[in-house]
Formats: sequence, structure tokens, C-alpha cells
Amino acid sequence: MWARTRSLLRVTAVRLSIAYTLAFGVLAVILVFYMTGSAVDYLRQQFQNSINEEVLSLQQVYQTRGLNGLIRAMEQRSRAPGANLYLVADPSGNIIAGNVRTIDSSVLAKTGWNMHPFEYQGFGDNETQRETRAVARSFELPNGMRILIGQDIGEPERLRGTVRRALSFSLGMMLLVGFLIWYFVGRRALKRIDMVSKSTERILAGDQSERLPVTGVNDEFDRLSRRMNVMLDRISHLDKGLRNVSDSIAHDLKTPLTRLRNKADAALSSDLVNSKSREALGEVMADADQLIKTFNALLMISRVEAGSQITQLAELDMTELTQDVAELYEPVCEEERFTLNIEIASGLRVNGSRELLSQALTNLLDNAIKYGKTENAEDQQISIILCKNKKEVVVAVSDKGQGIAAEHFEKVKERFTRLDESRSLPGNGLGLALVDAIVKLHNGKFELGDAKPGLLAKITLPEFETHQKVKSTPNASKSG
Amino acid sequence: MKILIVEDDAEAAAYLAKALKEAGHNPDLAADGETGLEMARSSAFDVLIVDRMLPKRDGLSMLSTLRDEGNDTPSIILSALGQVDDRVKGLRSGGDDYLTKPYAFSELLARIEILARRKKPEEAETLLVVGDLRLDRLSREAKRDGKKILLQPREFRLLEFLMRNAGKVVTRTMLLEEVWDYHFDPQTNVIDVHVSRLRSKIDKDFAEPMLHTIRGAGYLLRAGQET
Repeated sequence: MWARTRSLLRVTAVRLSIAYTLAFGVLAVILVFYMTGSAVDYLRQQFQNSINEEVLSLQQVYQTRGLNGLIRAMEQRSRAPGANLYLVADPSGNIIAGNVRTIDSSVLAKTGWNMHPFEYQGFGDNETQRETRAVARSFELPNGMRILIGQDIGEPERLRGTVRRALSFSLGMMLLVGFLIWYFVGRRALKRIDMVSKSTERILAGDQSERLPVTGVNDEFDRLSRRMNVMLDRISHLDKGLRNVSDSIAHDLKTPLTRLRNKADAALSSDLVNSKSREALGEVMADADQLIKTFNALLMISRVEAGSQITQLAELDMTELTQDVAELYEPVCEEERFTLNIEIASGLRVNGSRELLSQALTNLLDNAIKYGKTENAEDQQISIILCKNKKEVVVAVSDKGQGIAAEHFEKVKERFTRLDESRSLPGNGLGLALVDAIVKLHNGKFELGDAKPGLLAKITLPEFETHQKVKSTPNASKSG
Repeated sequence: MKILIVEDDAEAAAYLAKALKEAGHNPDLAADGETGLEMARSSAFDVLIVDRMLPKRDGLSMLSTLRDEGNDTPSIILSALGQVDDRVKGLRSGGDDYLTKPYAFSELLARIEILARRKKPEEAETLLVVGDLRLDRLSREAKRDGKKILLQPREFRLLEFLMRNAGKVVTRTMLLEEVWDYHFDPQTNVIDVHVSRLRSKIDKDFAEPMLHTIRGAGYLLRAGQET
């Protein structure tokens, strides 16, 4: 689950929508706070206005009817339903009249506006009832008595509370729904991307008929896939053209070569040739054969690199393959006075082509026989090892000869590379290039190393797994 | 043997026809796929030699048409393409053998001789006898002149193939294909060494050698002169 979430987070659409939602959420919070804030400001303004009006009319009462008249008027007003707050207190702070039972003395002591909401208890209220909040304006009369006129703000406060509760609820819902949408949308996007990358992998492996999936929804994935498919069509068209050209070259150039060789062959078997021309003709044939072999090897490499044999890859018993090749070479090794070391683990399987992997192994053994010679024939040794390393199958061929300097390890895998030491020996410098191409076709690794002394050639191939023809992308398929 | 050569390269075809004539065969020529198809339909041949790339109708289509019509004359496809999948395609289209150009004429000749004999469905003989050499496929025993010869499994198959084609030249490539099922040539002379091992087992104690090396071509197993 966690792995899946992590891979979901790697989807651009999901990342973007998370970023958008966060930005939108923050904006919404700011907006609502601003709106409720300004509504509260407006209400306060309203309170102030109504308190001011009240103050004005009470001032008139005070001026015309004196203190008693004022107190009476306040008593009267405070009894009206939904009345404002009225309070008259003596200079020591004792409440004389009004509809307030208790109030914080600091509120009362402060002259002027008390816009910071304070708590009080009114007469009408039940004694156990919680105190409500109000804003007020208070004055000190010339005789030291204090009056306070205020307004209860419980109602707008509750309103604000409701609005903010509604806001947090809707924000929560938004996040939840948003998360669900990302999850499903993102998972779908991820699925499409997985499909595309699986197709791409098959194409890379050489299946040129494979195309990216188009679901028909005509969304951005479909449009992208269609464009890419057009591109792939074009690439495979060009590739086919190229292969046709190389096939034609092979056809056209190898035919005269055949003729050359066969004429030399025919001349050799005629009775007219003397021993000298017989020798020359033999050399012509050998040279022609060498040319043909080079041509074949070169064509073979190009074709393997183009992955044209992908249809041949199937479950393959690597143990049997290695045993067969070892058995094929055993007599030759004996004749060339090599000690042959064979360590073949049983039951190893890969996804591969018997023909190609046999050829790769054969090339390595040909090389070992050619370059693995030592001055003292008793030291001559060739090892063929097949073993399993974690999820990989490793085939290694090593000898005790001169080996190759480490700086040439990569170079000798290129076409026509022949190191100075080997120029005197027959060969075309294509053997290891072909091995490299074959191993690449099998998604494997081909490494050269120092066998101390001698050369170690190691082929690492992914082990065959049932139900797994193409490597799936990590994480996505393994969670659960 | 009556042989039809379908090849668009006139010079190569002429050379092939001449060489086949010298080898005692009776070759006919067709320069394109349509002509080849017509000729193969109208007269009986022992073997067809068909180039893969041909004008008008390619070799594979020509062969599969013939096969569809019930004509199963043994055929060998010649091609510049030598990949395994090409070979498989060629054999599926009705070719009985597949030879990559350029080939040595001796290789082609050896294959034709064997192909023409293969025409009969391969009877599963349990006992192969060549001269005083006997090979029992059931008990997997080989004897020469009543003396048991100890053979490795692969040597057994090698001898079996040689005996099956006794009297015919068998090439190294054919041995690699038939005995080891490899369609490439290793650079080292692995086959020679296998054959010489086998030779030392079957010929060592006998005055008359049976397994001969044909220079530039391959090997030949035949009965000694006393039979």
C-alpha cells in the first residue's frame, strides 16, 4: 500500500493536483477568515452606532431630568425585551441599577469604548447559565457614579462560530474527496503510464510491431500514444529499409564471393593444376572463406543488435546449453592440451535463444583456446562455470593466458578491435562484439575481467521467471 | 538426378548447372519464380534448388504454392539471409533444407545427395549396418566385427548420422546441424576433433578404415573393401 502511494506521488498529475488543492485550500481559508472578520467588523460598527444613539438619547434624558430621570429611564429600557445592556454603579463599583448582575470591575472602571468583548451575567439569565459576551461604552458622571451602555454580541459570535465550523467541515470534505479523486485518477494515470512503459520496453527489446496502447478515450495519453505510434511506424519503416539495404548488399556481394570461391574449388579439383597453383588456389579459397565469415559475422551482429531475433527468445535450459557447448569443446581442449574445468549448476533457466547463447559461449571458448595458451603447456587451463547469483544466471569462461589489460576491456567489445598481441593470430575482431550484442539482446551484462592470470569473460543473464516475459516496472506490481 | 535450379543470377546458375553436370546430374534452369513454378509443375524433378530472392515470385512463395498443390519434391533453399528465423520461415514454407549463400559447392552437392534419399519417409530402422559395423538404436550398442565399441551419447549420434548417410559425403556444417543442432560455425575445428575421436574408436584395431576425410568437403563413412 505504502509503495503504491509512493509511486502515486511520483505521478505528475497527482503532484499537480495536490499542489493545486493545497493552494486552493489556503486561499479558501484566508477568504473565509477575511469575510467573517469583516462581517464581524461591520457588526461591531453597527453595535457602536446603536450604542451611540442610545448614549445620545440618554444624554438628553440626563440633561432634562437629571440623575434620577436617567436611572429611571435606564431601568425602564433595561426591562424591554431584547434590551441592550444598562448599568449604573456608585463610585465604589457597586451596581445600583440596570440589567447586569455581575461584570468584571476592570470593564466598569474603564472609561470609553470597550470594544474587546468581555463577559457578564444579566438579570434575566439563569444564575448557573454561562456568562455571555458583550461590548459596551462606559462613562463617569460628575458625581463619580459610572454608567455603562452595551450590547450583547453572543448572536454574531455564534454566527461566526457556525460559519467557521462549516468552513472546517467543508475543507475537510474537500481534502477527503480530493484525496480520493487523486488516488483514483492518479492510479489510472499510473496504470496508463505503466502500460506505455511496458510497450516501450517490448519495443526496445526489438519487437518492432508493438505499439503504444490507445484506449479510444481520446485523452492526452491517447493523443500522445497516437503521435508516438506514428513516430514508431516511421522508425520501423526506415529500419526495414535499412535492413533491406543490408540484405541486398549481402545478397549482391556474397554471390560474386560464392562464385570466386567455387571457381577456385572447381579449379582445384581439375587435373590440370600443378602443386604450386594448387597451393595458391587453396589460399584463394581460404581468403574467400575468411571474407565471407567476416561478412556473415558483421551481418549477424547488426541483426542481433536490431533485435530481429526476438521471436526466438523463450524459456531455455541454460544448464543443458552450457553442458552441450562444454561437451562440444571438450575434445578440442584436450587436443590443444588445456585442462578443462567444468562447474555447471543444475536447473538454471533463462529467457533466451539457444542458438545465439550457444554462439556467444562458443565465441568465448574459441577465444580462450586461441589466447589462453601459456609457455608451459601444463599450466594451460580453461574454466567454464555456470552458477546462480541471486536472481541472475552467470556463465563465465576463463583461461590462464596473457589476459587483456583492464583499459582494453571495453574496447575489445567493439567491432574490428584487435589488440596488438593478437594480430598474428587468425580472426576478424568480431567475436566479442557479437557476444556483446547477443548478451544485450537478452537484457544481460557482458563483463571482462582479470582471472589473475588470464582473461575472465562473464555473462550475466536475468533468471527465467514464470509469468514474467517482460520485466515489469518496480514497485507498482510488487506491492499489495 | 534431375535437378531444377531456380536462380536469377545467370552466371551463378550457369556455373551451378555446369558443376552439377560434372557431378553426374541433369540440371534444368529457371530464371524467375513464375518460370520455376511452371517447370516444377510440368515435369518431375528429384530435387529443387531455389534461390530465396527471385524476380516475379520469391522462392518461399513458389515453394509454398507447390506444397499446397501436393507437390513434395525435396527442395533446398539458397539464401543470403542466414538467420535462425529466416531459416525457420524457409523450412515452414516447404523447404527441406536451407543453405546460406555463399556456400561451398561441395556443401550443396553433399546436401542434394542426402536430400534426394530423404525423399522416402525416414523409416525407423532399429539396426543400422554398414559393412561389418553394426549400430543398434534400441540397445544403444555399436559393434564392429562383433567387437563392442564404447561410445559417448554424442558419438553415438554422430556415428548414427554417418551410418544413415553411408557412402555419401557429409559436411562439417551438416554434422553441426544434425548432431549438435547448431546453425553457426565455431572458429575452432571442434567437429574434426570429434570425428577423429570417433575414428580412433571404430577404425583403430582394423586394417580397413571406414571413416574417411574428404579434403575441402567433409567426411565419408563407407564399408571396407572386403565387403
